[in-house]
Amino acid sequence: MALLQISEPGQSPDPHQRRIAVGIDLGTTHSLVAAVRHGTAECLPDAAGRVILPSVVRYLVGGGRQIGLEAQDNAAADPENTIASVKRFMGRGLADIPGRDKLPYRFVDQPGMVVLETVAGPKSPVEISAEILATLRYRAEDTFNDDLYGAVITVPAYFDDAQRQATKDAAQLAGLNVLRLINEPTAAAIAYGLDNASEGIYAVFDLGGGTFDISILRLTRGVFEVIATGGDSALGGDDYDRALVDWLLAQTGLEASSATDKTRLKTAARAAKEALTTTESVAFDVPLTLGMAQKVLKRSDFEAATAHLTTRCMGAVRKTLRDARLTRDDIQGVVMVGGSTRMPQIQQAVADFFGRAPLNNLNPDEVVALGAAIQANQLAGNDAAGDLLLLDVIPLSLGIETMGGLVERIVPRNQTIPTAMAQDFTTYKDGQTALALHVVQGERDLVADCRSLARFELRGIPPMAAGAARIRVTFTVDADGLLSVSAKEQGSGAEAHIDVKPSYGLSDDQIATMLQESFTTAEADMAARALAEARVDADRMLLATRSALEADGDLLDADDRAAIDALMQTLRNTAETSTDAQVIEAATTALAKGTEAFAAERMNHGIRKALAGRAVDTI
Amino acid sequence: MNLQTDDFELFGVPRRFAQERAVLESRWKELQREAHPDRFSAQGAAAQRVALQWSVRINEAWQRLKDPLRRAAYLCELHGAPVQAESNTAMPPAFLMQQMAWREALEDARAINELDDLAAAVSRARREALQSCERLIDGAGDYAGAVSQVRALMFIERFAAEVDARLDALQDTPPPATALSAKQGQ
Repeated sequence: MALLQISEPGQSPDPHQRRIAVGIDLGTTHSLVAAVRHGTAECLPDAAGRVILPSVVRYLVGGGRQIGLEAQDNAAADPENTIASVKRFMGRGLADIPGRDKLPYRFVDQPGMVVLETVAGPKSPVEISAEILATLRYRAEDTFNDDLYGAVITVPAYFDDAQRQATKDAAQLAGLNVLRLINEPTAAAIAYGLDNASEGIYAVFDLGGGTFDISILRLTRGVFEVIATGGDSALGGDDYDRALVDWLLAQTGLEASSATDKTRLKTAARAAKEALTTTESVAFDVPLTLGMAQKVLKRSDFEAATAHLTTRCMGAVRKTLRDARLTRDDIQGVVMVGGSTRMPQIQQAVADFFGRAPLNNLNPDEVVALGAAIQANQLAGNDAAGDLLLLDVIPLSLGIETMGGLVERIVPRNQTIPTAMAQDFTTYKDGQTALALHVVQGERDLVADCRSLARFELRGIPPMAAGAARIRVTFTVDADGLLSVSAKEQGSGAEAHIDVKPSYGLSDDQIATMLQESFTTAEADMAARALAEARVDADRMLLATRSALEADGDLLDADDRAAIDALMQTLRNTAETSTDAQVIEAATTALAKGTEAFAAERMNHGIRKALAGRAVDTI
Repeated sequence: MNLQTDDFELFGVPRRFAQERAVLESRWKELQREAHPDRFSAQGAAAQRVALQWSVRINEAWQRLKDPLRRAAYLCELHGAPVQAESNTAMPPAFLMQQMAWREALEDARAINELDDLAAAVSRARREALQSCERLIDGAGDYAGAVSQVRALMFIERFAAEVDARLDALQDTPPPATALSAKQGQ
């Protein structure tokens, strides 16, 4: 329901009223940035007209780097320093990375998240992803010739807390204001839902290069409610390529005896797979060390060689439908996302299972970025008439470790977010004054089989008999799907709190330092950018405060009002006269802090009024 | 209205057991439209925090109201008759006998249709218990009586989950021999 904004010549809305907000699909194999322009979402091209940016970063001697196509083209020549598919390493330890021995990178195992050694020094997956995000940010800024207000970044629905946090950190590192992290299937549904004004229950079938995601959503009047989400985080188009290579080697009796052989086979298999989307057969000729691998490949051969993979996809679809307590007949339509859904056998399997042809009218490579752009535009406040509301779910259960290495589940999977859930625990030893809490995520009953997110301690419990203390542990999951945990002993009031920054978690200081190190292409350039950004932030803060005072100034007493006025005056003066970004930022922060209580009071007031109004309306 | 307002008042629906699911659902979405943090994403951290609290509260009420079992337990608690599921597990002998019969049937069941029959019986028992809840809460105002129905429902739901899990396990295992040989023969 995106309305075309029409304005008379000379009366165009003040460009500063419109905030530039983008949607970014940070993909395993490629990434895109999209924005709503002239009322519709579109992907933004680079200077050469390409919208797709390969998610590849190559580090060069001397601190330079290549990003995207250029890096991809040099991958074979410099595999160690050319990082592809970094998304698979986000928020992951070395042991979590399947097939790591076959990858050409020099991994350094670190507690929490793995690090990659390059000619430019050690690089974390967060830093590498930030390079990709920053490239897309600059692309968007060049397109609009303006600073970005913020971005919505998409993540796979099955991403756990560590992976989401890593993605958010990468965006921050790239200098992006993250408006929201949203799930890729949800973004795809938004892109379809708004174009087609659909109502009912839809499935989003997202088969990418390395992962498979299936989500079931209910659409009603602009509300996108995710009912259940599932999939297989180790199943994607790459597996189809590998299965095809295995089949070919078995058929020809040859083997891949070198790294070059493997690369050639993989490339040829991918090309053959893509060709078979439109043709019935394709010739396969690959020179290997031990001879020529030659074969005419029929589409039916490819389908037979990969049937077990397609069966796995459909198994996950069945399971997710059961989680949603729905049957296939309840599904009104199936949205296809991800380049791998172009494979005819996937289209056919989905059509057979659901008894209807899947929806294909949007480009499966672009649809996620487009949906994110629509959400970003609304979050930035550009779409006053926008009535889009996302009610997403948490993909994996959250719990804490109890005695015997068992998991006590606190938030079950597929719970609508934001959510807060609490559970009471007690001490198991007499006189115990501290309690160690180990936060985990996953569906298994044993801690060892789940993902460890964080450990923290509640101290200061007064000594009591075992079992007498009542410790309430509260899990809060925000709208980005990120977790914070607090624990409180009910009798004494002893409290502990942690924002679950998984063990690798970067502090804000670290991020600031990395930001400076990583993007100082030219010192002066950097300083100018920082100053401009600080001024924009100051203006934004002043504007927000002024409109808040106009609307609800009566909630403040004279003293509070005077204090806020003084802070505003200081910020105005500082922003005008100072050339030091940090000084301006400090004044902005001071105003933000000084108005915090007022903002909270306003919000509370507003929401209470709105909810009460709603109650009267409908009864 | 504040964060402590009870679920029924928050949703603007009468404080009783009988509820229209569709009404609750549309109320949930209307309320989230007003309070969801996404509505205030351009308004700073303090606004986000307050919106988060309200949005969490609305989701909590929705989870409790939409589930008849949790709704019944909540009403009993609001009327001074807490369910105390952990400390009070006394059940009438007839109910326990039926539970044992079901458990035996579940252990013996080998085929999907046997499990389907069992699932149907469980679902009948559930429906009856829910009807009793409605009678006791909305009709008689007998909350202490309703509590024992709520406890029975807790047993029933736990058992229903076990039946579902067995059904899942059976459906996930494809009948291998016949299916595969048929395919090869084609």
